[in-house]
Amino acid sequence: MKNWIVIGATSAIAESVCRLWAVRGYNLFLVGRSQDKLDMVAKDYQVRGAAGVHTQTLDVKDHGQHQSCWDAAMKAMGTVDGILIAHGTLPDQKQCEASYDSAFDEINVNALSVISLCTLAANEFEKQNSGHIAVISSVAGDRGRQSNYVYGAAKGMVSIFLQGLRNRLFKSGVYVTTIKPGFVDTPMTAEFDKSGPLWASPDQVAAGIIRAIDKKRSVVYLPWFWLGVMLIIRSIPEIVFKRLSL
Amino acid sequence: MAKPYVSWGRYPYKEQRGIDLHWRPETLPEEGFFLPQGNARSYGDSCMLKEGTVLSTRFMNRFIEFDTATGLMRCEAGVTLAEVLSVAEPQGWFLPVTPGTKFATVGGCIANDVHGKNHHVAGTFGCHVTRFELLRSDGSVRTCSSGNHPEWYAATIGGLGLTGFITWAELQLKKVPNSAVNVENIKYQNLSEFFTLSEASESGFEYTVAWVDCLASGVNLGRGHFSRANHARPMQPRPSQSKLTLSMPLDPPISLVNSLSLQAFNWAYYHRQLEKVRCQTSHYDPFFYPLDHVHNWNRMYGPNGFLQYQCVIPMENSEAAITELLQRIGRANYGSFLAVLKVFGNVESPALNSFPRPGTTLALDFPYAGHKTMRMFDELDQVVVQAGGALYPAKDAHMKAEHFKSFYPNADKLESMRDPKITSSFWQRVMEAE
Repeated sequence: MKNWIVIGATSAIAESVCRLWAVRGYNLFLVGRSQDKLDMVAKDYQVRGAAGVHTQTLDVKDHGQHQSCWDAAMKAMGTVDGILIAHGTLPDQKQCEASYDSAFDEINVNALSVISLCTLAANEFEKQNSGHIAVISSVAGDRGRQSNYVYGAAKGMVSIFLQGLRNRLFKSGVYVTTIKPGFVDTPMTAEFDKSGPLWASPDQVAAGIIRAIDKKRSVVYLPWFWLGVMLIIRSIPEIVFKRLSL
Repeated sequence: MAKPYVSWGRYPYKEQRGIDLHWRPETLPEEGFFLPQGNARSYGDSCMLKEGTVLSTRFMNRFIEFDTATGLMRCEAGVTLAEVLSVAEPQGWFLPVTPGTKFATVGGCIANDVHGKNHHVAGTFGCHVTRFELLRSDGSVRTCSSGNHPEWYAATIGGLGLTGFITWAELQLKKVPNSAVNVENIKYQNLSEFFTLSEASESGFEYTVAWVDCLASGVNLGRGHFSRANHARPMQPRPSQSKLTLSMPLDPPISLVNSLSLQAFNWAYYHRQLEKVRCQTSHYDPFFYPLDHVHNWNRMYGPNGFLQYQCVIPMENSEAAITELLQRIGRANYGSFLAVLKVFGNVESPALNSFPRPGTTLALDFPYAGHKTMRMFDELDQVVVQAGGALYPAKDAHMKAEHFKSFYPNADKLESMRDPKITSSFWQRVMEAE
């Protein structure tokens, strides 16, 4: 049995991951904004076989509450083996261009709150010389594009922060996994036309996340072909890239 | 990924507007018409709505409660039978009734009051639904059971999704010793042997079904393989489930099912077993869901899609009418390798409108070939109507309005209980076409 904290536990990808963990009999501490939704997913994991399910509401933007959330998890489970950070929003890029306040909000939710939680988890795990931090970043963080550079900047900040954190925690035996999904068919992307071949289901991505965590991978693109796609996107010279409408 | 919201037969193939519901809704959309949809495994247009929006439950699929002592399971409407089995079967519980695919949702199974290979002993899916919650566009919410709002309970089972939106349902599962089934496969010569076997197997076997070589004619008409099975007694080791799945990744430009491939397949499939009777113990999965191992098998019919023709004929007319149906299909050298015969029993469903009734059901797939298909179906309809039979809405894309009303005498009652904001392409076709 393993004890995992899941932040953003009612997001579609986190839910798919937790279902698989429930089947394995994990003990889960679920954190999300809505108690009603947390209750619904908690019951589901109980039926599927989770050893224990605990819930806690949290607005991740309220960084002051992060420590007490962690303490509640420790109290509920005794020890923590890992934390999966899966919350996020998809900003309205146009609105972020028009208003710095909107851009700040999005960066706060998608990056600063993640950094706050990772800092907490890193220090706790470093003390116990074990633990696993897995964070859902995005392929969007690999290069800034005009269509979503605020989201991309936030995810890029997360990816780079995790690189450094992984480097720091290596000698403590703490693992850090950066998860970079491409397009996933979730409520966050409800406004998109999802008929193309690049779209993956939350279940597919969840299976990849669990594989990556089991194998203690450092960085994983999901599905795998995004590794190639982003390799190409990253290698386009800026002089050309700035002229593209991506 | 594949285009969602399109029905399994991909005929009539229409781009379909849909909304994915991720959480149990508290109200229904106020704009326009809509139709609840599960995993879109109905073949024709009963899960489609041309001018409106389908409300898909494919992501509304959480379990709510499972009492492993009593086998009562409560879950959201979008939970598939595969998921029910994955949770229940390891704990000794099984679906009381299952159709030939495990990818149907619980909500869809209620809406179509589906049946399985055990209809002669267990009746329909609806017989095992203890209660469900029905949300209507007027904002009303009812928990329906045989004792609570019985009229809504009866109308919603087999109600084609029209009476409202099912948010969750509770099923009474069935205790089984393990995952194994003992299967007897009997190669039989002709239709009358099928009926003899079926009658002889009714009391001793929980599951019966036959595959028919729909191209065999003359003295061989109706020949095929009769399968009968029971859940196995406790045993060690348990048979394991094959992990092998195949997939049709692309749409072939033309149907791979044609008269040549059909002749070859049916001949080989009939002769695959040399001995008369073959007994084996296997995992339940290949016995109940052989086609689920090929993902998107519907694509093999090419871009035009396919239709299924499934009828039921009262027992007294069964042999004559099914002989006639098979003769007509054989003469046209048209059909497919999916031809299934089964004798229904007389366990009564709580449904107001339900397809299964005492008699024999025949189901066949046909690649869509324009007028040829519709002419053939018209001919088959004549036989079914004269024999006092009925057609199955979940499989249908052609049934005529006047026939529907004679097959389902309570259709008007269902119409009166239909949610005014809900309709389907099927319902418009059979009810509003006059």
